[in-house]
Amino acid sequence: MTDDITTDLACKELVELITDYLEGTLPERDRTRFDAHILTCPPCREYVAEMRSTLRLTGRLTVESISAAARDELLRAFRRMKTSSTGL
Amino acid sequence: MGSRTLVRDSDAELVERLRNGDEATFATLIDAYSGPLLRLAVTFVQSQAVAEEVVQETWMAVVTGIGRFEGRSSVKTWLFKILTNKAKTRAVSERRTIAFSQFDADNDDQPAVDSDRFLPASHPQWPGHWATPPQPWSMGPEGTALDRETLAVLKRALEDLPRAQRVVVALRDVHGWPSADVCAALDLTEANQRVLLHRGRSRLRAVLERYFADDHPENSTVCNAASISDTTQEAP
Repeated sequence: MTDDITTDLACKELVELITDYLEGTLPERDRTRFDAHILTCPPCREYVAEMRSTLRLTGRLTVESISAAARDELLRAFRRMKTSSTGL
Repeated sequence: MGSRTLVRDSDAELVERLRNGDEATFATLIDAYSGPLLRLAVTFVQSQAVAEEVVQETWMAVVTGIGRFEGRSSVKTWLFKILTNKAKTRAVSERRTIAFSQFDADNDDQPAVDSDRFLPASHPQWPGHWATPPQPWSMGPEGTALDRETLAVLKRALEDLPRAQRVVVALRDVHGWPSADVCAALDLTEANQRVLLHRGRSRLRAVLERYFADDHPENSTVCNAASISDTTQEAP
């Protein structure tokens, strides 16, 4: 068999290309090799699924922010600024 | 809802409303960006408390400086620049020596997956293919105890990432920023941002993989009868 594109991408390489793949920045040729590889390689398909699960879970982490008191203080400062600078 | 509207509005309109003293706009801005600003601030200074102060100072600078905003960069980039300057000043006064090129420095060369999980390059048939392939995860449905525990494990793993990876992954994957915004805010090239994102995401996946494999032997017994004998015989 000659030069099958699926054989020239090893699983070890795929795990390093996955972010470029998911970001859509993988060059066309590599993208084709990537797609062909996961079509025939269940472990790599699992790996891609796990990476997608990781991203989905990360997206559900709660976003920390400033305290309500700090927020109120800023809004008060904003209001003071507004009243003191009517001729802005 | 509010922050989504904010993102769609043009910066010019946003600045105009702030200059006109529109408090709702300021509140929306605070709610949308305090999290990401805090996320970045903690990478510079000693403590969460100091980071919160730096964020507060940043917003005060916005309140007093909005009249001088020239619109040469986006509001988002402007905010991050103010924060970075303030945080650096604080870091210097705390005598923490941090150069922001540190964002390149904490790139590491660790592979996404341990190389001993793959067959050697010399393997006659399957060079570089999986020797120890990844196993399916048994995730709990949303809202269950298992699900909450998984999120807690992931959160800890995120906090344990090297600083630059942590900020990039948080802004991209927790806050949902597009890569262009992250690059502008952190002054990173696209390529560099992607490397940090890749290292960070790969580590998080690895932590979850270990968690699903180790912490839930009862899961693996469901799909893999062979492991039952292993786990039961481990008992003292």
